[in-house]
Amino acid sequence: MSVEDVTPVTDAPVGRGAGDSTREPLIVLSGVQKHFGDLHVLRDIELTVHKGEVVVVLGPSGSGKSTLCRAINRLEPIDEGEITLDGVSLPLEGKALARLRADVGMVFQSFNLFAHKTILENITLGPIKVKKTKPAEAKERAMALLERVGVANQANKLPAQLSGGQQQRVAIARALAMQPKAILFDEPTSALDPEMVNEVLDVMISLAKEGMTMIVVTHEMGFARKAADRVIFMSDGQIVEEAGPEEFFTNPRSDRAKDFLGKILTH
Amino acid sequence: MADFLTVLSEYDIAGAYWVNLKLTFFAGLFALVLGTILAMFRISPIPSLNLAGTAYVNILRNTPLTIIIVFGLAVLWPVLRVEFSEVFTVNFFWLGVVGLTVYHAAFFCEALRSGINTVPVGQAEAARAIGLPFLDSARLVIFPQAFRGAIAPLGNVVIALIKNTTVVAAGSVSEIATLMREMIENESNYVYPIFLTVAVGFVIIVVPVGMLATYLSRRLAVSR
Ligand SMILES: Nc1ncnc2c1ncn2[C@@H]1O[C@H](COP(=O)(O)OP(=O)(O)O)[C@@H](O)[C@H]1O
Ligand SMILES: [Mg+2]
Repeated sequence: MSVEDVTPVTDAPVGRGAGDSTREPLIVLSGVQKHFGDLHVLRDIELTVHKGEVVVVLGPSGSGKSTLCRAINRLEPIDEGEITLDGVSLPLEGKALARLRADVGMVFQSFNLFAHKTILENITLGPIKVKKTKPAEAKERAMALLERVGVANQANKLPAQLSGGQQQRVAIARALAMQPKAILFDEPTSALDPEMVNEVLDVMISLAKEGMTMIVVTHEMGFARKAADRVIFMSDGQIVEEAGPEEFFTNPRSDRAKDFLGKILTH
Repeated sequence: MADFLTVLSEYDIAGAYWVNLKLTFFAGLFALVLGTILAMFRISPIPSLNLAGTAYVNILRNTPLTIIIVFGLAVLWPVLRVEFSEVFTVNFFWLGVVGLTVYHAAFFCEALRSGINTVPVGQAEAARAIGLPFLDSARLVIFPQAFRGAIAPLGNVVIALIKNTTVVAAGSVSEIATLMREMIENESNYVYPIFLTVAVGFVIIVVPVGMLATYLSRRLAVSR
């Protein structure tokens, strides 16, 4: 992870702004369609996320945000279209897919730490089994990552012994341990008690500052304002609007976005 | 009473129970392995394996055990020439193990599936998301939790298996049901005490297994 991209201006997005064309595209979705039975959950999705870019995905419940994330690392197959990662089209099932999938980290709303493994084992499992890292080395790196997300003192506990905020920080460390090219966050703070939201957001903001490519489904406007290069607004499976965060929050163009912002701002 | 004890001492009751325990051990071990493979088939992403697993379980689970054992004795050995040993009783012992294995594998599979249902889908998704292929996800993440969530039903299958080992009496393996029949034929004065003795023997074996399963299922429960 490089630190070149740090823009130390407070309140300005830490990246370089929307649609910076000088950057290389990392995740490209073109013509993506996805149905669940009769329900058309992703419609004509066109989206390019560049290296180092932070994209926040907003939209009402059921608009397809989770499905979008899950399609990107093929937890959910798509019906039509193409998704490429760093220029390589995602293969269908099998070993090749498993390997490519490790290049995109995923952080879930419900943490999903491996319940029967210690915090340390949660982090070393992927590097040892998928990347064939030597256990001692994997452990050393895992401890450094735990240190970084502030839960190193919990390394030998089981997930259920940690608070939600701690578990989610471990989940971020687990994703980082695979040295992914990008990380997808699907409502990472929605299941947390309010007092734990910031400890997770702080870790995410620092990742953004270090130049990690991130797609983040979240309704935390503070995070979007601080860290996002671009906001995408989804409704009924479509990308309805795309803008810089400040522009989106102060001056949404579509009625659906206005309506949505009206709802999340009033409570 | 003293007379009855003398009668008892003329028969190798412990030896007969030991045969039932050996049948339980081998059939239980093989059936657990086969049942685990079947459970993997049933959750695998490959449709033909799903179908094979489902078909196996539904056929074997719904066939009476006696029919399977008799099939082994009357077809597997004499017709298909499956022979484990030249020694008659040893051969029948292993034919019995085969019959008990194929039957109880279906039940172990179902017990394991109930354990798999205790594992949230998020666990499998997280495993896939860090790049683990299906077999590794199953081996390292899903099954270790599924086993721990399935100890109580697995214990029930073991208990059923212990009792079902007596069905191989059909092949005159020298196990306890065979011995009981022999004793009752020879000692017609003691029919009820003989029956009680054998029944109590099973209680002594089965009750601790049930208690152990209950203890372990609490002890090893995965906290979430
Ligand atoms: N596995 C599934 N099977 C059927 N319908 C689903 C499934 N997953 C999601 N959906 C439906 O697809 C739509 C989009 O869901 P989702 O992507 O989870 O939306 P969001 O994350 O924006 O709330 C919803 O209507 C939801 O009910
Ligand atoms: Mg969602």
